[in-house]
Amino acid sequence: MPGLALLVGTRKGLFILKSGRDRRRWSMDGPHFLGEVVNHAVLDPRDGRTMLAAVRAGHLGPTVFRSADSGRTWREAAKPPAFAKAAAPAEGESVSHVFWLAPGHASEPGRWYAGTSPQALFASDDGGDTWQGVEGFNGHPDRRRWIGGPQDAPPDGGTLHSINVDPFDPAHLYIGLSGGGVFETRDRGATWTPLNRGCAADFLPDPSAEFGHDPHCLRVHPAQRDVVYQQNHCGIYRLDRARSRWTRIGDNMPREIGDVGFPLVLHPRDPKIAWVFPMDGTTVWPRTPIGGRPAVYGTRDAGRSWKRLDEGLPKGQAWFTVKRQAMGADALDPVGLYFGTTNGEVWASFDEGARWHCLCLHLPHVYSVEAALPR
Amino acid sequence: MKVSLPSPLVSYTGGRRDVEAGGATLAALLEDLERRHPGIRFRMIDEQDRVRPHIKFFVNGEMARALDRRLDPADEILVVAALSGG
Repeated sequence: MPGLALLVGTRKGLFILKSGRDRRRWSMDGPHFLGEVVNHAVLDPRDGRTMLAAVRAGHLGPTVFRSADSGRTWREAAKPPAFAKAAAPAEGESVSHVFWLAPGHASEPGRWYAGTSPQALFASDDGGDTWQGVEGFNGHPDRRRWIGGPQDAPPDGGTLHSINVDPFDPAHLYIGLSGGGVFETRDRGATWTPLNRGCAADFLPDPSAEFGHDPHCLRVHPAQRDVVYQQNHCGIYRLDRARSRWTRIGDNMPREIGDVGFPLVLHPRDPKIAWVFPMDGTTVWPRTPIGGRPAVYGTRDAGRSWKRLDEGLPKGQAWFTVKRQAMGADALDPVGLYFGTTNGEVWASFDEGARWHCLCLHLPHVYSVEAALPR
Repeated sequence: MKVSLPSPLVSYTGGRRDVEAGGATLAALLEDLERRHPGIRFRMIDEQDRVRPHIKFFVNGEMARALDRRLDPADEILVVAALSGG
């Protein structure tokens, strides 16, 4: 495999865009799992060749596939994420789909996490072959209150997403619940605490509610300890853990653009640099580029100011959506940025957002884009 | 007994639509199918032992509505996966 891979999960399969690390020539590998929903596909940065894919075939239920050779061949997990069978007469839960995959800490090879719909957390210690529920969360007496009911969930069901393992502490995890809010554990999932102070939740009667928020995408900085960013249903936020209270850095976005969106991407080295893809959150929430003119917005000062980055993108009548998993960055210098759209396009910038290029058209609805550096 | 599978499940049987499995009930038959073709049961039955939406079982052409349906070695089983959506 060449030096750079984009794992593009779509509504009808997985596609892998490949290039050398000069990012000049691209080729397409796939489709893998044609006809099946691929919510997320991730390369294990610890070995540079294991890939996991969250797959759901029509009505045949959810599963996880694993590749040990950078996506050339795939094998289904022997024991996919699933709830324990409930004792009668209780009505137990069933996993609808696996939504998010995250490798464990660098010091724990083989450890993976999976977030599902309905909102639940699963872990694997054998590289994704067998999965167990993280009972400290899934069995928490308050979990049903945290995640709410069907009326609180997005149209495709509530999801547990944005699983971030603290790069400085393997026992410290952050997760996002849509709906439910941000939660963290400092003991490998045994106990959990809401982490939503300072976040707006304009759809809740109590503006200072402890949970019930709607984080869209949460990112913990990989190199700078205790720096966390969040694209939320109600804005863009940054958290300095010394304060333990979110600051709405989206207030510094242009007023006519606002700070609603789904994805948020961090620079792999500089904790002051981040990118978002604003969406129209007015009236009935169209979730399309504002005015049909798509643009990435970037900050290089931790959210104090934002710059529009749209050179090369369509100048009008472009109405796609970029979903929360569908935007990412590589770790090269300068950083490459990538996003996929609901109308099957993949766009790239090789200069940190200054200019955009369309890598491909005509894919199915893109659900996720992960940039990876296979070995 | 003979079990006829829909196309979405043949990735578990080496591409075969018709396979053999045994059991005194539909539930036992599905357990035997799982032993012979690991992973196939979870595609039809979820972790709460509920039949997944749009999966249907027919015994000698008659729809079986419960997993405790008794089976005879001469029965023929048809599994239908009515996938839908655009």
